[in-house]
Amino acid sequence: MKAEARTYWLRAGGAVAFLVVLALVINFASHGTFLQPGNVVRVLRQITYNFIMGVGETFVIITAGIDLSIGSLISLTGVVMALFANATGLHGFALIAATLVVGLAVGGAAGFVNAVPVVKLNLPPFITTLAMMQIALGLSYILSGGQPVPLQSSDFRNTGYGSFLHTIVPIPVIWMIVVLIVSSVLLMRTRFGRYVFAIGGNEEAARLAGISVGRVKTAVYVISGMCAGMVGFLYMSLFSSGSPQTATGNEMLNAIAAVVVGGTSLMGGRGAIVGTFFGALLIGFLDNAMNLLQINSYLQWVVLGGVILLAVVLDELRKRYLKRA
Amino acid sequence: MRGIGKTFPGVRALDDVSLDLQAGEVHALVGENGAGKSTLMKILAGALAADTGEIAIDGKTVTIGSPRAAENLGVGMIYQEFNLVPALNAVDNIVLGNEPAKGLLLDERAARERAEAVFAELGITLPLTVDTSSLRVAQQQMIEIAKVLSRSARIIVMDEPTAALTDREITKLFEVIRTLKARGAGIVYISHRLEELPDIADRVTVLRDGRVIETRATKDFPPDDIIRAMVGRQLESHFPDLPTVAPDAPVVLAVRDLTRAPGVNGVSFEVRRGEIVGLAGLVGAGRTEIVRAIAGADIPQQGTIDVQGRAIRIRSPHDGIAAGFAFITEDRKAQGLVLGMSVRENVTLAHLEQFVERDRLIDRRKEQATTQEYIERLDIRTPSTEQLARNLSGGNQQKVVLAKWLLGNAGVFLFDEPTRGIDVGAKAEIYNLMVKLANGGAGIVMVSSELPEVLGMAHRILVIRGGRIVREFARGDATPDAVIAAATGAAA
Repeated sequence: MKAEARTYWLRAGGAVAFLVVLALVINFASHGTFLQPGNVVRVLRQITYNFIMGVGETFVIITAGIDLSIGSLISLTGVVMALFANATGLHGFALIAATLVVGLAVGGAAGFVNAVPVVKLNLPPFITTLAMMQIALGLSYILSGGQPVPLQSSDFRNTGYGSFLHTIVPIPVIWMIVVLIVSSVLLMRTRFGRYVFAIGGNEEAARLAGISVGRVKTAVYVISGMCAGMVGFLYMSLFSSGSPQTATGNEMLNAIAAVVVGGTSLMGGRGAIVGTFFGALLIGFLDNAMNLLQINSYLQWVVLGGVILLAVVLDELRKRYLKRA
Repeated sequence: MRGIGKTFPGVRALDDVSLDLQAGEVHALVGENGAGKSTLMKILAGALAADTGEIAIDGKTVTIGSPRAAENLGVGMIYQEFNLVPALNAVDNIVLGNEPAKGLLLDERAARERAEAVFAELGITLPLTVDTSSLRVAQQQMIEIAKVLSRSARIIVMDEPTAALTDREITKLFEVIRTLKARGAGIVYISHRLEELPDIADRVTVLRDGRVIETRATKDFPPDDIIRAMVGRQLESHFPDLPTVAPDAPVVLAVRDLTRAPGVNGVSFEVRRGEIVGLAGLVGAGRTEIVRAIAGADIPQQGTIDVQGRAIRIRSPHDGIAAGFAFITEDRKAQGLVLGMSVRENVTLAHLEQFVERDRLIDRRKEQATTQEYIERLDIRTPSTEQLARNLSGGNQQKVVLAKWLLGNAGVFLFDEPTRGIDVGAKAEIYNLMVKLANGGAGIVMVSSELPEVLGMAHRILVIRGGRIVREFARGDATPDAVIAAATGAAA
């Protein structure tokens, strides 16, 4: 316990120290604008989406899977929720809750569809979720007629964008903290979480230990789809519309980057939600800093790609060093 | 090959082994599992390097530093597990690594002609243009033979070539082997099937514990003598005393007509409370497949399984555990452990429900306490409960697997090669543990390839051959010779 706890806190402490130093350097380079409260809040707001997507992806990747469909699912769930919210006669909290449930259900159902061929036919998740990426995107265009679906109700203003306690704590950040805590407990403290690790570490041993591998794997894809649905809800609230063009760029790749930069192994069996949080935070820092420093946006892509590569290379070198020691 | 020696960490695999092979001869190499046959042949094929000794081909001393070098010297290996690329056809496999080319492009016609020429020489026909994965085992084997021949091999090693063939296919294989002989090739023929040796082998060499025991012409080497040479040693008596089983003790496991192709063909037996039943047999006889089908690791096609007198239906390992089975697999790294998890997480994996509180969260302290208890009880050498399973030695890893299954209070323990690859001390501890389990009323099925272990640790011994029980011995009646004879089919 002691050794494990020590390495854990060493790593977490190292990550925090690194981010603090990075923040100070960026702050210096940006002549103090980076650490102004308004900007810090902006960064936290921005990473919320990436982090929540990354949480679902973390579960999937620890089982040695991958989910490429989450970006498209954000668009699809956003469109479906906007259509639902406009069609239903509900108001206020009931409307918000019902709409969120619809988004989670659509995302979860898509995740279930992702999982079935993986579980039943042992097909590679790379392919099934790639197919879902196309299907979900196509459906979101069909359902919306290719145009954003504006929300008729203004009840969503405070669910995705607003702030709490006199604009100090933005609502998305509250979502982020809740997701961070719930998903960490689920992954680290429950039987389900333990099984997720066991399957990623050695699927056959897990099966022979009596674990229902198919059910656990299905669940992680459902969770990933639900996380996408949650982000779809936040984006829909933010833009006051559900649009097929919400997430058609690098969202899914950024989420995977946050997971991997956070130390979760693509080979499965190893990872943590907190790591994904730090990964999202690092990517968010750099994104924001490069904007403040007015770095050419094409160069930003190069830098972000380089950082991801550097992070995984450093992690691999660290592991080799530990193995030798 | 003269004076070949090879030592692996902790094991003297080969000790001063000499073997000669003449042109146009089939030389059979026999011995128990682990006698050193495979190691010797891997040295000849350049897959392993010998520590001592020399190899001469056509009178010239050669060094074989790699499989490629062996190939250039005319040595061809046909392993039991074929080395074909399943998604390529026969022609492509035969020329693989040796493709005829016109400039930068493959010369497909030349490749095809080369393959056809070899098959014509062997007097066989088979589909040349379909993926080899869709061919029968016997056809794949012919492709392997064609492959080594197309590289002008004059020394051909066949490892258990008949293990997976039907009788008709064996007849065909023997014809091909005779054709090869007539061409002047020398063939080393490794086999467990002693009954086929008179048909095909000119001479027989018996290996035991890494040494050559005897080489004789097949016609002067009756099966009884071969078996005696294979077994040879005295039984060591480091086994604990087994508890006595009352003849009317209740049956804890009854298996009837269990079938799962391939490997399990109508197996029926019973295990009583406190009884240890040993499954003996050669590698590939179907022993592992039998216990896997009982445990639910594979789903049987036919047959019934009763546990403690109640018929149960097992569709998955989960059902097996619920029925009270503990299945300790043969390959602890691939099947028994999650190597990247800690000792604690491995020990509790199959029975996590015991560590979940009412809030549905895992109680880590309880996990640690229980794991610590088993670390002490089984004397697992690990710095802490949090050490990764990967970092433990083989014997300690095996004890972690045992701890995992002891947690469940299973009524029936299925051990598959429980002491493979672990040191003598750990072996003795595992034997003692098995006796303790039997004393506690469990029924035990033990698969083992180590003859002394089966003879020393089982109340009854079932000899498996071709997925069936071919012979049953009570503890006192089993002799090494008789068990080997039954396992190899040398005697009824």
